[in-house]
Amino acid sequence: MYQYDDYDQTLVNERAAQFRDQTRRFLAGQLTEDQFRPLRLMNGLYIQRHAPMLRIAIPYGLLSSRQMRMLAHIARKYDKGYGHFTTRQNLQFNWPKLEEVPDILDDLASVQMHAIQTSGNCIRNTTSDHLAGVAADELEDPRPYCEIIRQWSTLHPEFAFLPRKFKIAVSGSVRDRAATQVHDIGLQLVKNERGEIGFEVLVGGGLGRTPIIGVVIRPFLEKQHLLSYLEAILRVYNRFGRRDNKFKARIKILVKDTGKEKFTGMVETEWAKIRDGLALDEAEIDRVRAFFAPPAYEDLPTGDAELDRRKLDDAQFATWFRHNTVDHKIPGYRAVFLSLKAHGAPPGDLAASQMDAVAELADRYSFGEIRVTHTQNLILADVRQSELYALWQALTGLNLATPNIGTAGDIIACPGLDYCALANATSIPIANGIQRIFDDLDYLYDLGDIRINISGCMNGCGHHTVGHIGILGVDKKGEEWYQITLGGSSSNEASLGERLGPSVAKHQVAPVIEQIFHAYRELRLEDEAFLETVRRIGIQPFQERVYGSH
Amino acid sequence: MEVIKDGEIAINEWQHVADDEALPEGKATLSLKRWREEKDGLTGRGTPLGLRLTAADIVEEIVEVLRQFDLIVLDMTQFTDGRVFSQARLLRERFGFTGELRVRGDFIQDQMFFLSRVGVNAFEFPEGTDLENMRRALGEFSVAYQAATDVRDPLYRRRS
Ligand code: SF4
Repeated sequence: MYQYDDYDQTLVNERAAQFRDQTRRFLAGQLTEDQFRPLRLMNGLYIQRHAPMLRIAIPYGLLSSRQMRMLAHIARKYDKGYGHFTTRQNLQFNWPKLEEVPDILDDLASVQMHAIQTSGNCIRNTTSDHLAGVAADELEDPRPYCEIIRQWSTLHPEFAFLPRKFKIAVSGSVRDRAATQVHDIGLQLVKNERGEIGFEVLVGGGLGRTPIIGVVIRPFLEKQHLLSYLEAILRVYNRFGRRDNKFKARIKILVKDTGKEKFTGMVETEWAKIRDGLALDEAEIDRVRAFFAPPAYEDLPTGDAELDRRKLDDAQFATWFRHNTVDHKIPGYRAVFLSLKAHGAPPGDLAASQMDAVAELADRYSFGEIRVTHTQNLILADVRQSELYALWQALTGLNLATPNIGTAGDIIACPGLDYCALANATSIPIANGIQRIFDDLDYLYDLGDIRINISGCMNGCGHHTVGHIGILGVDKKGEEWYQITLGGSSSNEASLGERLGPSVAKHQVAPVIEQIFHAYRELRLEDEAFLETVRRIGIQPFQERVYGSH
Repeated sequence: MEVIKDGEIAINEWQHVADDEALPEGKATLSLKRWREEKDGLTGRGTPLGLRLTAADIVEEIVEVLRQFDLIVLDMTQFTDGRVFSQARLLRERFGFTGELRVRGDFIQDQMFFLSRVGVNAFEFPEGTDLENMRRALGEFSVAYQAATDVRDPLYRRRS
């Protein structure tokens, strides 16, 4: 993974020192609330309901074991002993004290980490494919480009005060696991007719209050133009994005109101003026790429007799293997998901003791690296198949081996009313309520791949609009109600979920979801996944099932 | 009154003249609106003229006349309005403005490093501000990744 040199280290050190001084000035009354707000947000710090919340950047979801241990240390020393992984591959602490945040940033800087631009109206952490570098369907590893974008966007002097937040995702695979179509900018590595690899550029996607799928404004961008093109888009947005209404300030509204053709024209005109001056050197791409060179894989046979025997002998292991591990491009290796969705626990939470243990396992089994997925799970990406059984045993002991990855039990949920000041309703108890339907895992597996996403309010941090089943908390006369959508997806053929009907009361959510499952089981064709069924027959049969019976 | 100019504390020689105020003898700045209304009478005035822009003003519209001004003031009414940063860069990098580029109004010291990187070389504060203290904010960072107005090469070209 990327390693800081003196320049990178100096920058995060100076940033931490700057924030220490800003906090001091705020506490001494020299900065007003209004002045301090954007400054603290650009260091990931929210001040809300129970306590401040600090969001730490995990660039494109990649962590070293050393960094994971530091997160455990921070969780213990400054927080209540756990952290929460988010849908943007970051980590949130929910209980830090404002006065101690500068110390946390120093601790982070000591392991090449920071909280820069994890919130606020600026360019946020660039996200990517959690299987980058190991997926068999990959054209090229997107992470070097994410790192190049990270550096370009970090303290960019022109774009620190945008109309609204700005999120970029990069995918290098045929199958889009980075949700590029619902980001402000989505970059998809593609090959042109001449066999060169470059970027397809999408703009204006996003979730939240006005969910929109992004549009392609350039089908092929040569790599050398990556930064100049981003700069052109950002400049057009910074100058012409709306600032009078924060609900209309995202770039998606600018694209929609301007029209795709005209907006594209504005970007291309701007780009023509800066492209030569900002060309990205081939040598720099190579330099950064070298940090993501494959680790020292061993020459292993494709099959493993011992593994096969274990799967035969131990049905639980076989089940876990089937659901929580995936193919690796190198024979003899697999990528292993650590489920942070133990049924009944808050989705995405990890205790400090688990963090330490995961760091240990990463060192032992996976070259000391850990990935965070946007579905709020972790991955050890490079595990030898001969070691899977031992790893599974260790993970089982840590409650990180729930065999539910990709199933309806693997629910994305934002922190919701339990932690978030903006929430209308709780998310975590809803997730747990649905998980209770699956006391029988065979039922869960029979349902197959289902993505259930829950947000506690319209901001959509739980990506409810792109859930196959989306659940959105709404406030009805001070009570928690939930709106249900079907048919959303953030994958290649991205789509926004369609509203099933009137919102339902909190205690009805799990029963309604169960009815949707029943309907699906009756209506599906052989081998047809939930999303395919919804797309084929529409939502009406589900509506009839849910509302007809009331 | 004093300002910070090119990193040093300097005497402010300019008066910012309101739209309904009589034009004084010395160096004066006008709003874009007033300058547009009176520009014919202002040529050949002999004393240097400055122009005040708001964040909403489109810099492309004044490209032709830029050389008439010794000073351009970016008037900030909302420190979070980032359009000013693009205005500054365009004035300097695209339209070659070489005079003094000054910010004034609602900005905070924590923005000075960014502003200096996009071509702003002068900062005007409310009366009574500790300028020596503010001057230090310009040096808060010794590292910058991007090419911008101040440094034309991105950091990576300097890495060994
Ligand atoms: S979706 Fe709403 S409730 Fe959930 S974390 Fe985001 S802002 Fe908070």
